[in-house]
Amino acid sequence: MNEIISTVIIGIGVAFDFFGILGLIRLPDVYNRLQAATKSVTLGTWSILLGILIRYGFTGVGVKALLCIPLLFFASTVAAHALIRGSYIFGIKLWDKSVVDDYKDVWRGK
Amino acid sequence: MKAALHFIFLVGIWLLLTLNVTLPNIAVGVVSAFVVTLFFAKYSLKADKKQFHIHRYFWAVIYGFIFLWECIKANIDVMYRVIHPRMPIKPGIVKVKSTLKTDIGKVFLANSITMTPGTITVDIIDDYFYVHWIYVHSKDPAIYTQKILGRFEKYLKRIFE
Repeated sequence: MNEIISTVIIGIGVAFDFFGILGLIRLPDVYNRLQAATKSVTLGTWSILLGILIRYGFTGVGVKALLCIPLLFFASTVAAHALIRGSYIFGIKLWDKSVVDDYKDVWRGK
Repeated sequence: MKAALHFIFLVGIWLLLTLNVTLPNIAVGVVSAFVVTLFFAKYSLKADKKQFHIHRYFWAVIYGFIFLWECIKANIDVMYRVIHPRMPIKPGIVKVKSTLKTDIGKVFLANSITMTPGTITVDIIDDYFYVHWIYVHSKDPAIYTQKILGRFEKYLKRIFE
């Protein structure tokens, strides 16, 4: 029974990861690509880790998978913030169909 | 006090990670946790009375479930925009004012924003969050503040303030 549940959850995780990567290819600029890369890939990887926890229970493997979930949460969000801020400061333009840009006021004076 | 909490937390993580309560393993954990504490304890959270309020942990659990639900919704939303042939996106960076005062509260709010519907925090300057949004629904600050922050802010206030 555990095997079936964990296989289903890992399958869902792989599907989320797939859509994240599809977004990485299809979306138009750095900022939008990061959206797909952080959200879908993080949730997909969480599902895979959860599936591993269900399959192996609270053994060495399962507990490591469980500990990776908060670690991945902080790592991916902070990495996304660093990348998106870095690429803005580096001077990469927003996509030309973007509607607003409030952040440029911060950097105009410097 | 601050360093002691930091040290206990690190040793706890080490023991969970290795799941092996033999003497050499514990010794390695204690020594490495001590070295890390020596250098990084000054960046750790301050110990204060708030950490012993039980109701804050209760709200943290509730917040966890709400966050997970929002996260799944966010993924389905991004997935829809990615597989739609014409890609219905309308990106932009908006400026949002938050009413949270503590630093740790702001950090959690920023991380939550990054993980949920189509938004990534670009920068935090004082009380203002600069948020990249994949589909800008409206240009009225009152509406988009409510849409981006409204769901999380009231819970984070109960947890951290």
